[in-house]
Amino acid sequence: MSLSHPSPIRKAKNTAAMAAMGLALVVALIPLVSILWTVILKGAKDFNAYFLTHSMRNVAEQQDSGGAYHAILGTLEQVGIAAAITIPLSLLVAIYLVEYGRGRLAQAVTFFVDVMMGLPSIVAGLFILSFWILGLGYQVSGFAASLALLILMMPVAIRSTEEMLRLVSPALREASYALGVPKWRTIVKVVLPTALPGIVTGMMLGIARIMGETAPVLLLVGAANSINGNPFSDPQGSLPLFVFNESQNSLQAAIDRGWAAALTLIIIVMLLNLFARLIAWWKAPAAAR
Amino acid sequence: MAKRIDVSGLSAYYGSVRAIEDISLTVEPRTVTAFIGPSGCGKSTVLRTLNRMHEVIPGTRVEGKVMLDDVDLYGAGIDPVAVRRTIGMVFQRPNPFPTMSIYENVAAGLRLNGVRGKSDTDGIVEQSLRGANLWNEVKDRLNKPGMGLSGGQQQRLCIARAIAVSPDVLLMDEPCSALDPISTLAIEDLIAQLKNEYTIVIVTHNMQQAARVSDRTAFFNIEGTGKPGKLIEIDDTPRIFANPSQRATEDYITGRFG
Repeated sequence: MSLSHPSPIRKAKNTAAMAAMGLALVVALIPLVSILWTVILKGAKDFNAYFLTHSMRNVAEQQDSGGAYHAILGTLEQVGIAAAITIPLSLLVAIYLVEYGRGRLAQAVTFFVDVMMGLPSIVAGLFILSFWILGLGYQVSGFAASLALLILMMPVAIRSTEEMLRLVSPALREASYALGVPKWRTIVKVVLPTALPGIVTGMMLGIARIMGETAPVLLLVGAANSINGNPFSDPQGSLPLFVFNESQNSLQAAIDRGWAAALTLIIIVMLLNLFARLIAWWKAPAAAR
Repeated sequence: MAKRIDVSGLSAYYGSVRAIEDISLTVEPRTVTAFIGPSGCGKSTVLRTLNRMHEVIPGTRVEGKVMLDDVDLYGAGIDPVAVRRTIGMVFQRPNPFPTMSIYENVAAGLRLNGVRGKSDTDGIVEQSLRGANLWNEVKDRLNKPGMGLSGGQQQRLCIARAIAVSPDVLLMDEPCSALDPISTLAIEDLIAQLKNEYTIVIVTHNMQQAARVSDRTAFFNIEGTGKPGKLIEIDDTPRIFANPSQRATEDYITGRFG
């Protein structure tokens, strides 16, 4: 047996494995790149300041005019409300699960979070439709959409926060306890700051997920064409829904608006991601920088 | 300041497993007591019962008495959080808080316990870092992250953090086992200084270290896996190493087993 040259079989295996990985990478990138390429190419035509600052009020579908302002505003408000409710709630649930949860209740919560994780978004929409609108008699509104979106964001946010909190070394908690710091202060001042970058990233993933949700919004938001800044009453616009409606139209002007709105949505999600990374970097444990 | 610890009839459990059985020993104020013994003999568990850190792990429990001067630490109405403020601890691996600077790490015990007052904190931080022989190395970079220090410096930072809350007793759980010989020497010198103010209990696997730093040495042993750890004997360190009264102690320190 020679020590100097790897056996040809091992060499061949290595080459095959490298080629397979390279191929998989290319295959995985094809849809991503082609989506971005197509959306930028087709969306750039209508994507301008006018598009971002005007609504579709009194714009006929065939007109080469109008914009997505009402839809951007609606989506930001709906997602904002959903996130404002979900972030503190899921933080508390995750802290309970990691730091306090023992026995049946914690198991049950974990189980239902897992179940909710796979909940189809249309079901969340139908649930709010039957409970909030048909059951309690409220009208369609941005807030109704927020309720459905928060159901979808909650499990993602809880699960990712939970994982991040579990990653915090028990040695840090013990170091804090050994200084005579009570458990709650240890959680607030040591555990949470250490896990913060990961938590922020998880929350942003959750927000990005619900931002593009169309099905629940379709049922709940009322698809207004004009600007409605009040999410609590009257129909609102929504970006994914705007994309959907415009792309259903056979007129070129409408289809162009749809692409531009899709581009807007992608840009907003990317900006949020960038923002999250910035926070994560800024708050990261200093040695990791 | 420094107080006496009196342990009597102490047993500790992890779930239904008894880790240590019927431990009784006394630690005099302003002395260094070393706990030695083979792995798994329960010496760290004994140490962790002394500041009620044992019960931090779910499903654990303690029987018996630990007296700090005339207060039973396991008595009714004793707050474990207050106990840990009085009895500080340094761990095997240096564990500075990764989100905090050197200054903030030392001030952590004060800040996290809600003590305010900037000028006061500055003084305590400097005093503690001097006490831990770290001041000269870090005084120009107090705002740099604690994780940026070397392992030995990090451990001295942890000692500074522990003494910043001015405890009566300092527990050290193998504080040098993750450090190189030079850092170990620095910590041992520090222990010799700290002895003037604190009661110190140190767990160590290094018998030369026990011989070097301690006034008294306790030897723990187990009969076999699954059996609880027991205190074999505790005596003045020179006696334990020169002329132990128990055969098992002699076997252990001469390297015949363990």
